[in-house]
Amino acid sequence: MYQYDQYDQTLVNERVAQFRDQTRRFLAGELSEEQFRPLRLMNGLYIQTHAPMLRVAIPYGLLSSRQLRMLAHIARKYDRGYGHFTTRQNIQYNWPKLEEVPDILAELATVEMHAIQTSGNCIRNTTSDHLAGVSADELEDPRAWCEIIRQWSTLHPEFAFLPRKFKIAVSGAAKDRAATQVHDIGLHLLRNEQGELGFEVLVGGGLGRTPIIGQTIRPFLEKKHLLSYLEAILRVYNLFGRRDNKYKARVKILLKETGVEEFTQMVEEEWSHIRDALELDNKEIERVKTFFNPPGYASNASTDTSFAVKLAENSGFAAWVRVNTVEHKIPGYRAVFVSLKAPGVPPGDITDAQMDILADLADRYSFGELRATHTQNLLLADVKQADLYELWQGLADANLATANIGKASDIICCPGLDFCSLANSSSIPVALEIAARMEDADYLYDLGDIRINISGCMNGCGHHTVGHIGILGVDKKGEEWFQLTLGGSSSNDASLGERLGPAVPKDQVANTVDTILQTYIELREGEESFLETVRRIGMPPFQEKVYANH
Amino acid sequence: MQIIKDGTIIHDDVQHLADAEAPTGNRFTVSFERWKAERESLLAAGCAPGVRLSSGNALADIAGDLPFLDLVVVEFPAFADGRAFSLARLLRERYGYAGEIRARGDFIRDQLYFLVRVGVNAFEPKGGLDLEKLLPALKDFSVNYQAAADDVELIYQKRGK
Ligand code: SF4
Repeated sequence: MYQYDQYDQTLVNERVAQFRDQTRRFLAGELSEEQFRPLRLMNGLYIQTHAPMLRVAIPYGLLSSRQLRMLAHIARKYDRGYGHFTTRQNIQYNWPKLEEVPDILAELATVEMHAIQTSGNCIRNTTSDHLAGVSADELEDPRAWCEIIRQWSTLHPEFAFLPRKFKIAVSGAAKDRAATQVHDIGLHLLRNEQGELGFEVLVGGGLGRTPIIGQTIRPFLEKKHLLSYLEAILRVYNLFGRRDNKYKARVKILLKETGVEEFTQMVEEEWSHIRDALELDNKEIERVKTFFNPPGYASNASTDTSFAVKLAENSGFAAWVRVNTVEHKIPGYRAVFVSLKAPGVPPGDITDAQMDILADLADRYSFGELRATHTQNLLLADVKQADLYELWQGLADANLATANIGKASDIICCPGLDFCSLANSSSIPVALEIAARMEDADYLYDLGDIRINISGCMNGCGHHTVGHIGILGVDKKGEEWFQLTLGGSSSNDASLGERLGPAVPKDQVANTVDTILQTYIELREGEESFLETVRRIGMPPFQEKVYANH
Repeated sequence: MQIIKDGTIIHDDVQHLADAEAPTGNRFTVSFERWKAERESLLAAGCAPGVRLSSGNALADIAGDLPFLDLVVVEFPAFADGRAFSLARLLRERYGYAGEIRARGDFIRDQLYFLVRVGVNAFEPKGGLDLEKLLPALKDFSVNYQAAADDVELIYQKRGK
C-alpha cells in the first residue's frame, strides 16, 4: 500500500498543528461556532446527538494492520471501546471529546492517517473497489489513481469551499463494485478502440434527497489528463453550482439544470485552457504505482490439498468459504470478507479487541493489510487457501465469521437516531430486527444475494435508494415510520428503487420485509435472484401481498 | 486603514466607492456593474481604478480592461462562498493579471493560506480581525501537492529530484 514520504508526513503533521490551533481558538472564544463549523468539518468532526463524532479517513478503504491497531487504541483510549465503519470506507468514532480530538489526530498521524476532508463542503475521501488488485475481471488496479486523486484533492486551495460535498469513486474492473454511477464523479477505467486504457468520466450521480444516476460526459479520457479534467469539472461546479439552497447545491442539480450537453461543453471549454499545463507527471505516476505492486504470492499455493479436505469435513467452514470468500486472480488464494454483521451487533461496528485480533490475523494470513468495503464489512484480500481454515477459526472466535456476506442479514445501515442529530428514525434497531429473523441459515442462503439498505432519514447515508430493498425512516407526526423501495442497485445495472407504497410503522418493518421475501420465494423462476424477480414482475405482486390487509 | 499586502501589514488608502459616490482620492474601487457602465469616464480621470468582483461576475467581460486596473477585489459575501478562489486563480492564470488581487469581506484566518495559493496577495478582512494574528496563517503549510497560481515547488517536483 502507499507509504508516506517526508512530504506526505509533513503535510499531515502541519494539518494536526493547524487543527490544534483552531480548536484552541474555538475553546478560547476567538472563533464562533459558525466559524469553527466548516473548519472542524473539514477535519471530520461533527457535533452529534450525544457527543462530537470523528470520521477518520481510510483512503480508498486500504488499511495496514499497524493502522488498525492504532484505530483500536483510539477506540480504547478516547472512545467507548468501539468504532463504526461507514459506507464510504471510513471509520467513525461516536464518543470523542472535542478537546481531545487534536491528540487523536496527532496519534493518527504517527501511522500515516488523518481525518482531512472526511466531511464538509469539499472533495471527500475517494472510494474504490474493495477487490482492487485481486479480482480477475480487473483491467487495471485503480488504487494508484485513487492515491493520485487523494494527493491532488488534499487541501486543494481552490476547492476547499465548494457549494456542497463532492465525492469521487474509481473502478478498474468490468464489474462496478465502487458504485461509480452514484457519485459526483465516477471514473471507470476502460479500453478504447486502439486498446489504450483511459477513463470513462461520469458526473452528477448521487444518493441523498435527490437520487440520480450519473451521466457520462466523456466516454474516454487519456490517463495523463485525469487531474486537469477533474479540475475543469470542479471549477465549473465551484463557479456555477447553486449556493442559495443547500438541497440544490450538489453538482447533480447543476447538471440537471444546465442539461448534460451544456454542462459537458462548459467542462470541455474550461479543460481546453488547462489540459496542457496540468498533464500528469509520468515519473510520479510510476512512483505511486510501485506501492501497489502485488505482494509476494506463493507460487505453489494451489498445490495445497488440506483445503479440500477441510471443506469436505466441516460444513460450517464450507458455508463460510462459499459465502464469505471470493475468487482471487492468483490460483490458490482467496479474498476473505470479515463480516461486521454478526447477530445483535449494529452493522459496521467493531470493538477495540476485535480490531486487535484482526490486525494479528491480517499479519499472519494476508500480508498485514485489510480493506474496508462500502457495505460496512472488512476484507482480507490475499489469503492462501491452506490458511483459510485457521483464519476462519480465528475470526469465529472473535465473532467475525458470520457467513452472511451479500445476504439478507448483511444490511447496510446508517447510525440513525441513536447517534445522528439529523435522523428521523432509529435505523439500527430495525436492521437488527430484520437480521434476527434470518438466523435460520437454510432460509438465509435460499434467499440468495440480496441487498437491504436502511437510512434513518432522506439524506440517505445508508444508501437506501440503491438497495434491492431500501428502507427509509420518515417522521410522521413525531412517530417513526418507514418507506420501502424495491429494485435499486448500485452495480453496473445501477437503478433507483421504486416506492412500494405507503410507509409502514416501525414495528411492522420486519414483517413487511418478510412478506416481500416470501413473495419473492413464491414467484421466482429457477435460479432467479431477488433483484431479477423484481425487475421481471414489477411492483404489483409485492404491493398486493404487503398491503393485502389494509 | 491597515491591510495585509505581500506578507506585511501596510497602510492603505483605497476607497471602495458606492455606485453613486464620486472618487475623492487617486485610488478607489468600483463595482463590476459600475465599471462596465462608466469605464470610459473612470479611465479618463487619469487615476488608477480598481474593480470589485462579486461571486457571480463573468471575468471574460473585463478581461480586456485588466491592464488598466490598479487592483481587483474579490469579495467574500460569506466565508463559505468559495467562488472567490476560482475567480482569483483565473485572474492570475487565465488572464495573466499581475496587479493586486485583494480579498475583502467575510473570509477567515484559515482561508488565508489557500487564498495566497490561488493568487490573492492582499487581505482586507471585515472589521475586528487582528492583522498581526492573521500573519502566521500565511505560512500554515510548508508543502503543497497541487499546482495553483503561486509558483511554489510542488511535492511531486521535490520528489523528482
Ligand atoms: S441517513 Fe440521515 S439519519 Fe442516517 S446518518 Fe445520514 S443523516 Fe443521519
